[in-house]
Amino acid sequence: MSIMRRRHPLFAVGKYAALLFYLAFALFPLYWLLKIALTPDALIFSEGTRLLPSAMTWSNFSAVLFATDFLAYFGNSLIVSLGTAFVTTLVAAGAGYAFSRFVFAGKKIIIAVMLITQMFPLLMIIAPIYKIVADLGLLNSLTSLIVVYTAFNIPFATFLMQSFFDGIPKDLEEAAMMDGCSRFQALRKVVFPLTLPGLGATLGFVFTAAWSELLFALMLISRNDAMTFPVGLLTFVSKFSVDWGQMMAAGVLALIPSCLFFIFIQRYLVQGLTSGAVKG
Amino acid sequence: MAHLELKDVSKSYGPVEVLRDINLQIADGEFVVLVGPSGCGKSTLLRMIAGLEPISGGDFLIDGAHMNDVRPRDRDIAMVFQSYALYPHMDVGRNMGFSMEIRKEPTETRRSKVAEAAQTLGLSHLIDRLPKALSGGQRQRVAMGRAIIRNPRAFLFDEPLSNLDAALRVEMRLEIARLHQKLGSTMIYVTHDQVEALTLADRIVVLHGGDIQQVGSPLELYERPANRFVAQFIGSPTMNVVEVEGGETGVTTRNGTLISVPRTSDTRRATALGIRPEHLEVVDLNQGDLTAVADVVEHLGSDTNIYVKVDGIGPLMVRKHGNIPARSGDRIGLRIQVENAHLFAPDGTTLS
Repeated sequence: MSIMRRRHPLFAVGKYAALLFYLAFALFPLYWLLKIALTPDALIFSEGTRLLPSAMTWSNFSAVLFATDFLAYFGNSLIVSLGTAFVTTLVAAGAGYAFSRFVFAGKKIIIAVMLITQMFPLLMIIAPIYKIVADLGLLNSLTSLIVVYTAFNIPFATFLMQSFFDGIPKDLEEAAMMDGCSRFQALRKVVFPLTLPGLGATLGFVFTAAWSELLFALMLISRNDAMTFPVGLLTFVSKFSVDWGQMMAAGVLALIPSCLFFIFIQRYLVQGLTSGAVKG
Repeated sequence: MAHLELKDVSKSYGPVEVLRDINLQIADGEFVVLVGPSGCGKSTLLRMIAGLEPISGGDFLIDGAHMNDVRPRDRDIAMVFQSYALYPHMDVGRNMGFSMEIRKEPTETRRSKVAEAAQTLGLSHLIDRLPKALSGGQRQRVAMGRAIIRNPRAFLFDEPLSNLDAALRVEMRLEIARLHQKLGSTMIYVTHDQVEALTLADRIVVLHGGDIQQVGSPLELYERPANRFVAQFIGSPTMNVVEVEGGETGVTTRNGTLISVPRTSDTRRATALGIRPEHLEVVDLNQGDLTAVADVVEHLGSDTNIYVKVDGIGPLMVRKHGNIPARSGDRIGLRIQVENAHLFAPDGTTLS
């Protein structure tokens, strides 16, 4: 370390400037979302692209919360996303463990098929999915969304979980079995606590994917009381006008659960995303 | 404490046979070391004893009870892993007491047993630490603590010292020897390091290519190796082996030197002569059996290693106790202690 040449102070300035630029670039859409949500309707068009509105109001928020079906959409989304996240993570953990630890016939084929499912553009399979769901009589139900989302997220989530299990040395389970555990006890007492970061990361990933999914929700749900939040957002677009203020307010509110979820799992996530890669 | 018995045990992965017809009896309280080069199947054999690897053929018995299909948890055997395999999310105390936790023994008993084992291994002050806050040697001790706390029927060690530095390895080796003296338990120890094998074992099992080459006490293996492989594997530095032609009363080296080797069996069948570096004597030029040129001389203080070249034979190594003033380039005479030489038949077996 002592050999390292001292960097020019300008280098540090440049580094922070670059970081700052990136941060501004990434956060600007969020800022704009918040700004429009807080701008009174009358000023949205008259003030154009001013960075700060001359007046602010909470009325968009109160309108969204109390005058629209937003809360219902929100609730639907929560059910769908949490349902998807838990079911997917459960299945992916089981499958990932099997891929990581067991040798069984057809393992390679199953992995290959799972990879192939990830290669199709979603648009291509929307029609067949619609047909299947309709034949099952599940249109306009949240269950259909949970089933479809789960099916689509399982392959990636499985590979993610597998890499976390791969990062846990096999010796640990074997030591636990020598210490008197059954395989399931070893899994519960030794492997599971060590996989928490992986489970957190997978939960978070699937939750966000389901939370922001629009295409399937749009196709499979048409009844107002079963709409998820992204579909509900479109109801702010009417034939003749778009209620930008309320739409943005709804958008801001929709960010809250995602943020809370990530704050909650963040420490697992950071640990998780690195540990899967380098831990031997 | 237990008596272990392996009868015609074999192991194959698909068409690949890694162990063939292993027959071995391990007496109660015996310290047996399985030794061999990597890939010889020694770790697989240990894992089969542990129950972590299914046995493809043959029988494995502990105290006469058939164990082939008994789960690891029901065999009452403890194992120390090469990687230590400490549970990273548990502190030292819980790591050591985990087996008792699983068996739902009362917390009080657990605590006192953990404290006792920690005392024995000098870990008392570390009981609340997580494994990541321990040094390699301390982790090794915790892994051993986890094993001894159970008072199992047998201990298995899978290259437990290979992740430690040289000084620590010697220290832990002594500790394992002391542990065996204290507990008197049956121990099976896998290593590729023949020094560990020679210093720890009551009996050594030399494995190579899936077969047992020889079973015997360290001295037996050193003095009477069954074949050329064992001869060259056991002993440090390695035994010199010279290609020879067998004759009526002795053997002839490729440079024409006749070496008379008194043997009861037929010396005509010999194709190689083995002589350990410590059984080659440095004598005045033209006094010994061979004339050599010193290539490299290593002064170790207690010993001197001389790497020599002999015309028509090739490089040999000579070890001499104490210091001798030889230098690179010197011409010296070598005398072979024929009573300590070994003759090998074309198939590698030793001619007695």
